[in-house]
Amino acid sequence: MTSASASAPSASAPAAAVPSSAPPALEARGLTIGYDRVPIFENLDLTIAQGEVTTLIGANGCGKSTLLKAFGRLLPPTEGSVSLEGVPVRSMSAKAVAKRLAILPQKPLTPSATTVRDLVSRGRHPHQSLFRPWTAEDSRITDAALAATGIAELADRDAGELSGGQLQRAWIALVLAQEAPIILLDEPTTFLDLSHQLDVLRLVRSINRERGATVVMVLHDLTLAGRYSDRLVVVGGGRVIADGSPWEVLTPEVLREAFALEAQVIADPATGTPLIVPAADIVS
Amino acid sequence: MRQGYAYTVHPDTIQRSATQAPRRPSPLTRAVVIVVLALVTLLATVLSLLLGSNLIDVGAVIGALLDPANDPGAVVWGSRVPRTVLGLMVGFCLGIAGAVMQGQTRNPLADPGIFGVSAGASLAVVIGVYVLGTSSVITTLLLALAGALVASVVVFGVAALGRGLTSPVPLAIAGTAVTALLVAITSYLVLSDETTLAAYRIWVVGSLSGRTLDGAGAAALFALAGLVFAVANVRSLNSLALGTELAHGLGENLVRARIVGLLAITLLTASAVAITGPIGFIGLTAPHIARRFVGGDHQWLLPASGLIGAALLLLCDVIGRMIGGNAEVPVGVVLAVVGGIAFIVIVRRGKVATL
Amino acid sequence: MIDRRLWRGRVVIVTLACLVAAVLVGLIGIVVGSSSLTIPDVVVTLFGGGTGSQELVVFELRMPRVLGGLLVGAALGLAGALTQTFARNPLATPDILGVTSGAALGAVAAIVLGGGSYAVGAGLLSLGLPVVAALGAIGTAVIVYGLAWRGGVDSYRLILIGIGATAALMGVTNYLIARAQITEAQAASQWLVGSLSGISWASVWPVLIALVVLVPVALLQSSRLDLGLLGDEMATGLGMAVQRHKLLVIACAVLLTAAAVSASGPIEFVAFVAPQIALRLAGSGRPPLVASALMGALIVAGGDAFARAVLPDETPVGIVTAVIGAPYLIWLLTRRKHRESLT
Repeated sequence: MTSASASAPSASAPAAAVPSSAPPALEARGLTIGYDRVPIFENLDLTIAQGEVTTLIGANGCGKSTLLKAFGRLLPPTEGSVSLEGVPVRSMSAKAVAKRLAILPQKPLTPSATTVRDLVSRGRHPHQSLFRPWTAEDSRITDAALAATGIAELADRDAGELSGGQLQRAWIALVLAQEAPIILLDEPTTFLDLSHQLDVLRLVRSINRERGATVVMVLHDLTLAGRYSDRLVVVGGGRVIADGSPWEVLTPEVLREAFALEAQVIADPATGTPLIVPAADIVS
Repeated sequence: MRQGYAYTVHPDTIQRSATQAPRRPSPLTRAVVIVVLALVTLLATVLSLLLGSNLIDVGAVIGALLDPANDPGAVVWGSRVPRTVLGLMVGFCLGIAGAVMQGQTRNPLADPGIFGVSAGASLAVVIGVYVLGTSSVITTLLLALAGALVASVVVFGVAALGRGLTSPVPLAIAGTAVTALLVAITSYLVLSDETTLAAYRIWVVGSLSGRTLDGAGAAALFALAGLVFAVANVRSLNSLALGTELAHGLGENLVRARIVGLLAITLLTASAVAITGPIGFIGLTAPHIARRFVGGDHQWLLPASGLIGAALLLLCDVIGRMIGGNAEVPVGVVLAVVGGIAFIVIVRRGKVATL
Repeated sequence: MIDRRLWRGRVVIVTLACLVAAVLVGLIGIVVGSSSLTIPDVVVTLFGGGTGSQELVVFELRMPRVLGGLLVGAALGLAGALTQTFARNPLATPDILGVTSGAALGAVAAIVLGGGSYAVGAGLLSLGLPVVAALGAIGTAVIVYGLAWRGGVDSYRLILIGIGATAALMGVTNYLIARAQITEAQAASQWLVGSLSGISWASVWPVLIALVVLVPVALLQSSRLDLGLLGDEMATGLGMAVQRHKLLVIACAVLLTAAAVSASGPIEFVAFVAPQIALRLAGSGRPPLVASALMGALIVAGGDAFARAVLPDETPVGIVTAVIGAPYLIWLLTRRKHRESLT
């Protein structure tokens, strides 16, 4: 099994340099996960540094969403452990985790007869209890999340009436309202057109830059992943194939191994990040 | 004599359409709606006290209410007051139980009967008559409570052994299976003993007629406990509406949320069923109507469903008293027919909100 | 990925196994009872070599009951398989159209209103009851389908309206029973449980005719059922006449159920459980039609033979099927951890 720390010195170096003051945001040790005792990953080690945008990429069905769910404790590991800021997740209460870590699944359900503000306000759940009901502070945070995602004017619309892009912003607002320093996003750009995809990723980047949030997400578009991530982790065949900065990871060799894709990688004229150009079809 | 099975609906068979998009109630309109619903329930209460198969004029009823000694034939205090009080309680319990149930299963067709609660209560009552030969009010009440509790614990246990309590579909299937089993055993006992059949067939239609306040205190206690659990479940229900994964991500303890919900549903339904016998449709319809007025936030949905349930039950009971001539039509029958037809009309107009 | 031919092969094997089992259960069903017969006796008698008394027992007493059980079960199993596939819902039975509650109201009304005393009622029943029940079943289904039609029928709306209709009809049925003479209430309760004890050649023929006509119709819809699983829009895109297909499938399920229920009363759990067992045995993506029908036959005829052989005083088969079927389903639930699309 590839150890992430071994193959990605650049990414985990800052965290490793100051281990005592800043434990990694997330750390998987000897992780075995799967469904119905059929393991997808066995004995996997992976560390997510604080304050970075890390993106999991890989071919369809390679288990990147599974890995994200394991980090978000939606899928309890068969063996091994996940630590959140140095504390084993298993030893923490559900709400304690939720205050530190927010996860947006691929297909959340849109409840009926619910306004956008109501929907977003449910992100305040981990901060509430029988003895700490809804406060003005919760309202303020909800409104701030609506404003930050640019949907303040939609707040009183019914969530069922939103377009795909608007709804995705609402879900991200919900996650923001949770005010967790670590945010996991499972394919946040699926079903969106290119400009809305960019919209969402810019939003994610600004959340990372302005709030210092650690972001781990799953994306399909490699060029966009390269453009908006500090670090890429390529998974496939039950292991981590490559791990590091976009330029370290997005090489023709890795693409061939992980995606069975023949492609060249050139510098994106707009940003200088890697741009994947699939090889032309051979016409015989 | 049959008790219907409940159906689960796969999310992909539910098609959303723009015409089904509900209103966007603001907090103020919600509060106003609750007040209006409370007034409607009050009106239903007044009607239930004033109207009945014994025609007593309004003045005499008010006189009897103010002075029990003035009660003509003890109709007001002997019959109308108890059935009104019990009707309010049963309707309120069933409405709230239905809202919790639908939120827990995210199944817009879920009815509290789905956990085998009604079937369990029925079997316990039948066993009581079959073995003990008794159908006194208090025995029936306690037996129904016990049967309902045992049945729902079994249903939850079965579901928990399988995929766990986090997923709603196995719960519904387990409820269906346990209900079928209980109904079969009930049928067997009923068919083999005439006395049991005689008691059962009257009980199973669901009626407020002849019910007294004897033993209602025990039921009220259970109902109150159920209400507490329902209130404690409100925020969990709001999270569960976002899907189990996101609810989990929000720090919801799913198993605890399910158990609190189960306790609420079971206690509320059991105390209602114990008083009147199985009454369908309030648990199914009241939350649907409530959702149209106050939206999907359970903080408002629960009280609104309760009030609508109480008003519905009393109004249907009044109708049953008026149309039956000298013999009343039990409220369970009125509700099934009126509720069934109303439900069809609502569905045809495309007004059933999906969950 | 499962090889398509492989699971087709498994479906064939399961279907044949069900067929053999159903024939065996049929023979056993003829053997079981108060006057003693052996399986060889029965086989000889069936081929015309029995004594006069053996022929009387086999052809006039046992055969209608056993054959009736097999046919009723087959009709229910097939109807269940059709409805579960059509509605994409493992809990869907023809009851979603209110068929059974319609039949129940018809039958109970005939029992309760049809005659003053039990004897007279029983006389009426043997003639009129199945017809009244069938009319109630078909009439209810037509009304529900008509109410669900709004420029097409979608299965969700159909289910909802079926639930409304079922509740209303059940309310009236229970009311009739509560108001009836106790003997009539007993007869009505007996009918509602579902039993083969009153079955005769006269009530077997309609079920047989329904099966002979409707099984080919259902099988011709088989490939369209597969398309329908992809959703209405996809199926339309693939060139299927969705509404006509739905109408055909629903009509088949309704008529099969109506025929079965009017012969034996509602044997409730079969339409639900037979397709689910067949589905698991065959490992296919949806309940296999023929295997579901045979499984239904096996359950009803087997349940009835079991009740006659082992249980005291003629326990109705409807109770036996529920008592066997429900724990089976519970067992399935406790060991199933997988997400399965249709099931």
